[in-house]
Amino acid sequence: MEGPRPTAVAEPVLSVSGLAKRYGEREALRDVSFDVHPGELVAVVGPNGAGKTTLLSIIAGAQSASAGSVSGPAVAGGAGQIGWAPQQPALYSKLTVRENLRLFARLEEVLDADAAVAQMLEQTGLGERADERVQSLSGGNRQRVNVALGLLADPHVLALDEPSSALDPGQRARLWDFVGALAAHGTSVLFSTHHLGEVRRYATRAIVLADGELLFDGAPAELVARGGATDDDFEGAFVAFLGARGH
Amino acid sequence: MKALLLKDLLILRRSRLLVGVLVVYPIAIALLIGLAISRGPGKPKVAIVDETPPGQTVQVGSERVPVSRYAEQLFDQVQSVKVPTRSKAFGDVKSGKVLAAVVIPANVAARVGSGLKQAQLEVLYNGNALEQSLVQSQIEAALAQANIGFSEQIQRAASQAIGALLSGRNLGVLGAPDLIGLGQIPGELHGIVARMAPGGDRAALERVESFARFASQNLNLAKNVLSTIGQPIHVKTTLISGRRTPLNTFAVVVAVSVSLMFVCVLLASGGVALEREEHTLARLVRGLVSRSALLAEKALLAAGCSLVLALAMLAGIAAFVALDWSRFGLWLAALALGAAGFAALGVAIGALAREVRAASLLAFLLSLPLAFLALVPSGAVGGGVYDAIGVVSFVFPFKAALQALDAAVNGASPSIGLPLVHLAVLTLVFGALARAGLRQAD
Repeated sequence: MEGPRPTAVAEPVLSVSGLAKRYGEREALRDVSFDVHPGELVAVVGPNGAGKTTLLSIIAGAQSASAGSVSGPAVAGGAGQIGWAPQQPALYSKLTVRENLRLFARLEEVLDADAAVAQMLEQTGLGERADERVQSLSGGNRQRVNVALGLLADPHVLALDEPSSALDPGQRARLWDFVGALAAHGTSVLFSTHHLGEVRRYATRAIVLADGELLFDGAPAELVARGGATDDDFEGAFVAFLGARGH
Repeated sequence: MKALLLKDLLILRRSRLLVGVLVVYPIAIALLIGLAISRGPGKPKVAIVDETPPGQTVQVGSERVPVSRYAEQLFDQVQSVKVPTRSKAFGDVKSGKVLAAVVIPANVAARVGSGLKQAQLEVLYNGNALEQSLVQSQIEAALAQANIGFSEQIQRAASQAIGALLSGRNLGVLGAPDLIGLGQIPGELHGIVARMAPGGDRAALERVESFARFASQNLNLAKNVLSTIGQPIHVKTTLISGRRTPLNTFAVVVAVSVSLMFVCVLLASGGVALEREEHTLARLVRGLVSRSALLAEKALLAAGCSLVLALAMLAGIAAFVALDWSRFGLWLAALALGAAGFAALGVAIGALAREVRAASLLAFLLSLPLAFLALVPSGAVGGGVYDAIGVVSFVFPFKAALQALDAAVNGASPSIGLPLVHLAVLTLVFGALARAGLRQAD
């Protein structure tokens, strides 16, 4: 994938408005609002415990919000219209790659489940390993299956929670090529990551969360400028940005 | 739900070790429990040292009872091993060849015959506190039985002696007159007195006649009293309600209930916990499957598998124990509701645990004591403890399932309706607990 794309100007496919999540006394998210447009690659970054996983799982429908809403055409289309790849690969290890894909295709009521499975196997390059049990796959290949499950229903929005954390550099590059191709075809992708280089390289927008609060929503270059760093030191700019805000 | 059910069956099929353990372990446990309940303790192996001289008897009036009869009575109560000397018996007990030894001393006949001192036996036993308690109670029971048997023989001899005293006796010597009995003397004397002139010897003879009548009546009474001394109180048992359940068919019910519980609880809890362990729970419940449907699927799978296993067990056992197949509909109802209760308990455990191993451990820790608590009979523990056991047994499905199956298989009390309602309520309660436990998806 080559440099960041310009932000799309079409109607938002997803709108997050006033989102809050409480676990007892602890506030994991506080009044978070933003829109996602078609074809955007939105990076969600922040320190550990910032609320990134909570935000993505609420958008994916895996958790309910304490307040606020997630709306838009992607939500109205049902669970299948927001694809989700959680941080830990959510797969049945005793089933094969093909069986996992087929099961979730049926559960997502994909019209031609077998065709969707075949397409995912081709897109993820897992065709040769389709009949291997997931328990025998490497971490990287499991992550590919994990992402493939999120894509089965050809969703408008794909939420990826730290998708590259278990991957080696080569696998990571292949993953971003794959994700970039999806975005190029109009799929909006939200991803959380601790690899700030990926944000600089691949994201069209960055959302910065800290202690459940949205501190920044804009282009990665703007975040660099706000952090007062040079263009090459995105990480330094990010740390400076958070430090200036007491995080 | 069908896709999930097929997926779980496929995973089960690929987990052969798990399935093997799930089938073999409960059956082994069930058989052990069944055997323990249906077979009482065998006769204890006891060494017996009979030091009495051969042919020695106890003299009771004119009757004689061989002392060897006592040893014979004792032999009937235990698995006896005749040992020549006390020191050999001591060695056998110490080495564990026998549980205990009983020494019948040489002076038994003299002591019993004296009527002044009780005869005394010596019992030798060994082992830890539990063994000592078991052996002591078994030996005491065996000696009590032998005592009763021997005392009955002494009573019979005494009764015969009194009978001879009352009725007289033929001495068996040709030409010799029969001995007159005490019971005949008043009549004889009455005839003699009637023929005598008043005064003088007649008055004295009338007093002798009165004494003879008094002695005869009291001796007759003593004979009756003797028969009640050996066993003064006879026990008559009455079952208040329900049909008497034979111990072996009750053991079948226990064995099947235990298997049903283990398989069902372990499968249901493991099935739910596996979804958490594989991180698939959150993916499923984000609109693909409702939490209630997911729990229902796990419960259905566990209940179905355990029901099939329980029915297979009943069919297998029916080859050895007579079961009433005309009650099959009731069996099915009891097993189905029992499986539903256990499945609900299982999914509740699975919803609380975050991984399969924790769920399995929790299921075992909970199920095993529940089975034993439900089998504790009233009176075996203190009133307060029994009440507490009753409460615990009430809030978990094992006892209700056991009662339902006992009623279905044996027609035992209480009737099947109440336990089935109890199981239905517990299914709803544990189902609601599971639903609450699953609210936090991942």
